[in-house]
Amino acid sequence: MAIPPLVDIRDLHVTFTGGPKPIRAINGVDLSLERGETLAILGESGSGKSVTLRAMLRLNPEKRTKVEGSITVGGKDVLALGSKDLQAFRGRDVSMIFQEPALALDPVYTLGHQIAETIVKHDGGSWDDARKRALDLFERVRIPSPERRLDNYPHEMSGGMRQRAMIALALACNPKVLLADEPTTALDATVQIQILLLVRELQREFGIAVMFVTHDIGVAVEVADRVAVMYGGRIVETGPIRDILNAPRHPYTIGLLKSRAHGAMTKGQRLDAIPGSPPDLANLPPGCSFAPRCKLALPACSESTPDPVEVGSGHMARCFRTEATAPVPA
Amino acid sequence: MTSLSSLMPQDPAKTIAPIEKSPGYWAGVIRRFGKDKLAIAAGIVVLILLLIAVFAPLLAPMDPYAGRTIRRLRPVGTDGFPLGTDELGRDMLSRLIYGARYSLMMGVAPVIMAFGIGSLIGIIAGYVGGKTNTAIMRTIDVFYAFPSVLLAVALSGALGAGIQNALVSLTVVFIPPIARVAEAVTTQVRNRDYVEAARASGAKALTIIRVHVLGNVLGPIFVYATGLISVSMILASGLSFLGLGVRPPEPEWGLMLNTLRTAIYNQPLVAALPGMMIFITSISFNVLADGLRNAMDVKV
Amino acid sequence: MTKPLLTVRGLVKHFPIAGGLFGPKKVVRAVDDIAFDVMDGETLGIVGESGCGKSTTARLLMHLMDPTAGEILFDGAKVGTPDLSLTEYRRQVQMVFQDSYASLNPRLTIESSIAFGPQVHGVPQREAIERARDLLAKVGLEPSRFAGRYPHELSGGQRQRINIARALALRPKIVILDEAVSALDKSVEAQVLNLLLDLKDEFKLTYVFISHDLHVVRYMSDRVMVMYLGKVAEIGPSEAIFDDPFHPYSAALTRSMPTMDPDNRTNEAPLFGDPPNPIDPPPGCRFHTRCSLAEGVCAQREPVLTRAAELHDVACLRSEPGSGHSAAPAVAA
Repeated sequence: MAIPPLVDIRDLHVTFTGGPKPIRAINGVDLSLERGETLAILGESGSGKSVTLRAMLRLNPEKRTKVEGSITVGGKDVLALGSKDLQAFRGRDVSMIFQEPALALDPVYTLGHQIAETIVKHDGGSWDDARKRALDLFERVRIPSPERRLDNYPHEMSGGMRQRAMIALALACNPKVLLADEPTTALDATVQIQILLLVRELQREFGIAVMFVTHDIGVAVEVADRVAVMYGGRIVETGPIRDILNAPRHPYTIGLLKSRAHGAMTKGQRLDAIPGSPPDLANLPPGCSFAPRCKLALPACSESTPDPVEVGSGHMARCFRTEATAPVPA
Repeated sequence: MTSLSSLMPQDPAKTIAPIEKSPGYWAGVIRRFGKDKLAIAAGIVVLILLLIAVFAPLLAPMDPYAGRTIRRLRPVGTDGFPLGTDELGRDMLSRLIYGARYSLMMGVAPVIMAFGIGSLIGIIAGYVGGKTNTAIMRTIDVFYAFPSVLLAVALSGALGAGIQNALVSLTVVFIPPIARVAEAVTTQVRNRDYVEAARASGAKALTIIRVHVLGNVLGPIFVYATGLISVSMILASGLSFLGLGVRPPEPEWGLMLNTLRTAIYNQPLVAALPGMMIFITSISFNVLADGLRNAMDVKV
Repeated sequence: MTKPLLTVRGLVKHFPIAGGLFGPKKVVRAVDDIAFDVMDGETLGIVGESGCGKSTTARLLMHLMDPTAGEILFDGAKVGTPDLSLTEYRRQVQMVFQDSYASLNPRLTIESSIAFGPQVHGVPQREAIERARDLLAKVGLEPSRFAGRYPHELSGGQRQRINIARALALRPKIVILDEAVSALDKSVEAQVLNLLLDLKDEFKLTYVFISHDLHVVRYMSDRVMVMYLGKVAEIGPSEAIFDDPFHPYSAALTRSMPTMDPDNRTNEAPLFGDPPNPIDPPPGCRFHTRCSLAEGVCAQREPVLTRAAELHDVACLRSEPGSGHSAAPAVAA
């Protein structure tokens, strides 16, 4: 028997019921993550990529959210955790970094204090040891003059350094899984690449599994082994990054790659854009949610939702027309 | 086509093709308000009070000023005096009906005047910004620093008793808070990109204020101001109670509460009636203001 | 290349910020003495990191704020003189903002928003409305369906199309696009970029295209200006800037772009740390603190924009004859 994956998400449905109409943010997501693997979840706003991530830590507002399906992390049934266990689970089993460090960092405490406090709270031990570990973490995330920086408040640091400090905080309790919710989107290009490299390094060093949410294929390429492309609350294609990049099989992935402006284009050449706009989650079309924008759509696409089709080793596409998207042999 | 041409009065809209019209902002407000049962109930109460005030001479069974010592302080339910009589033998029902006139006027009029003046000050300060803003707003803050009751009493005391002076002092009390809200909302709107875009199109300040600012700031200011009506009524009643507002023998609720307080042990129900009216009216205005705020989707 | 349509000379914008209660008054040097031309019919891309002054430059070009110093010439005439009133200038130069929602008045219908500008400039209401509907069709939105709608009923991509239509309603020569596609989803971004190219051809427009997305800037621009901490680092033809840059910062910027090649990922970050604070920029060359090629002289001497190749200027002591940097060319005799 194979070892079960570290993270196993099965048939996850998340519906927000707070508004006048239920919003079906996630409609049947299956996802697994192996130890030490980096998976990028790629999608546009409203594709459900962040909601999936938040569901793993149960960060979506519980009263206004209906969650169905199962999420297992290291054998723990996340959806069944009691509030005490959930608290221990957050940070120790799974921790998260955000686009805005302001969400994770407390402005009134120094960074050293925050990290040490987290360590003492989760693992016990003395403040001195915790403080030493905080210093060690700051060194690991390559913060220059870490000793001095530990006594800084979040606002005293630049955006990139804050992001590093947040990563240090997330790693404080040696989590098995690191969730990253667009941590580089708000950063400048030269800082973004530093953080991406850092995530890669830490992943190698700590053997941590990373789930990295992004809207930018380029970012996914820099960090991930595997990519899951989300659209309308479903994973429409998943596979090794090379396969997705070189031989995408879902029309949405194909369209996304083709519509990118890239260096090899001649001046004035028009982009091969996907027509239309992303679906309204309160009003999802029946069948494949990409069908209304899809060039290859058949009437059947608007009637029932396609199941994932295996199109290569570990490469699945949720499409009825995978035969039409197969690469032409050269 | 009537709706189109009414939008564009200066030319017949014949040559312009018909378009799909979205229900406007106000249609949405009415729809949302229509779902708020409590606010509708409060609105009905306010409407009834308004009608009572307007048609007081027709509704009042007796002369509110005519009293006779022989029938002083009759209890509620007395024949001919359904709500009893006051300490001078005047019919309570008639006095309460006429009192609606004073109370509504004292509640609404200062707020309307303060809404006009305060909005003007606040919008100017907010739109112009910079040193002008600082000068205007710090002056306003001086007035705002006084507790409103104290300011109203002090001003009325200085101006002397009487309805007009009470109206003036209440107006002055409400200008600072309204101006502050107006300034805050205008500053917000002024920094929106659509105002920048309007400036970039070469429009003059007054045009921008008229087209882009007013429509987006008056709603929030209005909603805030409606919430002040109940405060104004209570303050006005307080002034009358202290003898600084409406003077006897006028049938104003606050004044009635004052003169009847000696009768609280003999006829507690009768003595409490004006207070109940103040309570019902002010709470109705408050609920109505809350409903409007939700319906207009305003965050003050 | 054709004549310059917009000429910027010695443009400076300092924002005063409150120092401590008794501390010295400080300024943010958002834009610090920049000069460039925008040629008739070209797309000039402006790139740089946060704090480099690209958005401030856009607002200065639009005259939404007064410059601390410097002047802007449109077609040879100085703005605000009898030759060219500010109102007339604003008819010629328009802007599209990043936030598609915040840049539309929520209380106005789409057509009223677009028709506002022309009405300000004296176009009768009916004509302005007709123009608005024509433009809606031009930006790919069915007028009969969209003219009477309100901004909140539309998607981000549709709203940005409307903002573009609004900018075009005055029939300007120049449109400044300040991160105009940055907030859009990638699949929608491509549509809007195509639209911008179509409109440019149809209306013979000149674009100033500001973005932090280097791929998009490269795709859109004929020439690119790289800014760093309020200064122009390099300006030149798009291909030259991206493929063969002179300034170490431009090189680092292009090498920071994700590779899109899983077998050849970036293995070393071209730069370490964040851009310094524009309140207290480093002396000399502002980039020297992060530059791997910096020498002692870079901390003392401020480079000036020097012609390094055809139509290609760079502000780096390495390219400045006789600057004292070991890589600098000798002074021409």
